[in-house]
Amino acid sequence: MATTTRSPAKAKAAQAKKAKSPRTTILLKLTMAVSGLIFIGYVLAHMYGNLKAFAGPESFNGYAEHLRELGEPLLPHEGFLWIARAVLLLSLVVHVASAIVLWRRAGKARPVKYVVTKNRNSSFSSHWMRWGGITILLFLIWHLLNFSFGKVNVKTGETGSAAGDPYTVMVQSFEVWWLTAIYLVAMVALALHLHHGTWSAAQTLGLTGTAKARRTAKAAGGVLAVVVAGGFALIPLSVLLGIIEK
Amino acid sequence: MNLTLKVWRQAGPESEGGIHTYQVDGVSEDMSFLEMLDILNEQLNEQGEEPVAFDHDCREGICGSCSLMIDGYAHGPEVTTTCQLHMRSFSDGQTITIEPWRAEAFPVVKDLVVDRGAFDRIIQAGGYISANTGSAPEANSVPAQRDKAMRAFNVATCIGCGACVAACPNGSASLFLGAKITHLGELPQGQPERNQRVLGMTAQHDEEGFGGCTNIGECTAACPKGIPLDVISQLNKDYRTALRAKS
Repeated sequence: MATTTRSPAKAKAAQAKKAKSPRTTILLKLTMAVSGLIFIGYVLAHMYGNLKAFAGPESFNGYAEHLRELGEPLLPHEGFLWIARAVLLLSLVVHVASAIVLWRRAGKARPVKYVVTKNRNSSFSSHWMRWGGITILLFLIWHLLNFSFGKVNVKTGETGSAAGDPYTVMVQSFEVWWLTAIYLVAMVALALHLHHGTWSAAQTLGLTGTAKARRTAKAAGGVLAVVVAGGFALIPLSVLLGIIEK
Repeated sequence: MNLTLKVWRQAGPESEGGIHTYQVDGVSEDMSFLEMLDILNEQLNEQGEEPVAFDHDCREGICGSCSLMIDGYAHGPEVTTTCQLHMRSFSDGQTITIEPWRAEAFPVVKDLVVDRGAFDRIIQAGGYISANTGSAPEANSVPAQRDKAMRAFNVATCIGCGACVAACPNGSASLFLGAKITHLGELPQGQPERNQRVLGMTAQHDEEGFGGCTNIGECTAACPKGIPLDVISQLNKDYRTALRAKS
């Protein structure tokens, strides 16, 4: 193996560099993979709920109400919802925090950049994980203000319960062109994130030991990206095309 | 062939470096890339200039000494070692940028030479098996499953050149680490120290300042020995198993 002779003093200093950090990059990656899988489960469930819009206002609003009653009487009213929120918030915090630590470590690992760099193999989506992740995070904040905590009806300017039932807020919101544009951009970011993230999580969890498992994991990333982002995008597009109306 | 070379020159570890431009004429396309650099150095010698320092040893692609980031590719545009790269892979009149491996853990010693001692310290942290000395044991006394032995052999071809680190946007040595973990982990002799090996080597990898893996696959595409990406999956799996066994 290739080595270069170094001065004894320097060699000693390096020997003294004993490993100590418990938060290894692999541990951080495992944290990201597990929280990422929770998000995958969540977006699938969320998309399923959204598609209820095609069944009409009663079905859509009924589903929203049903979520609040889920698990009763074992759980209090909205109990399931709050448990889900807590799990998602925790996942979000560890996912983002790990990403920041890893991003910084990657930056420090190459302090001097190359004059010329070329990619041989990596996918487009893999280069958008960090900035795409930030895009999704910003979108998430807006999305919660829009439909959940803030509940803003962008069209009428009403907020809170005056904004209308969930179905009304959704349809009227997507009648606003720039809001639709924001959602579609976010779905592109989500698709890219899922495309690489699904495969990456499988690899981090050590599930891709064979060529066949690698192909399966990559295919799963592609399918999830299309199904989830496509499924979500169907709603604003259908409002735009007048398939879903008030 | 006539070439314009843009070469990273740096007098010492602490010195400021920069790109210098040289003209090299009359290069044969049958020359290896290193022979082309030899011509450049003869030229520089004649002009009384300091020759360009670069690492090389066996020049037959098995020692892992040569490095060089050539026009943005580790070991150049072909998937091989720099010593096995030939000038026919380039065209007459081309401008070629030559840089050292760039990583915090691989400090530049001089010009294109970097210190890859970090890899040795990772090996020292667990990349070995402990065996009693004495007469060699009977080779067939420890049976090894054929497909496992083949996988171990395939990943044992890693020559520790560092191209994986050089090609990785995160400066991660996960492919190197994975190759060593898989190599010893697939064989019966590697089992007793398997858990402490992965924990020790991973901790040393991070301590040396290598970055984390984002599974994009630039490393395996640059690897002159074609070490597959599944060794990183193996590394992660072994690490997880070792953490569970420890707790």
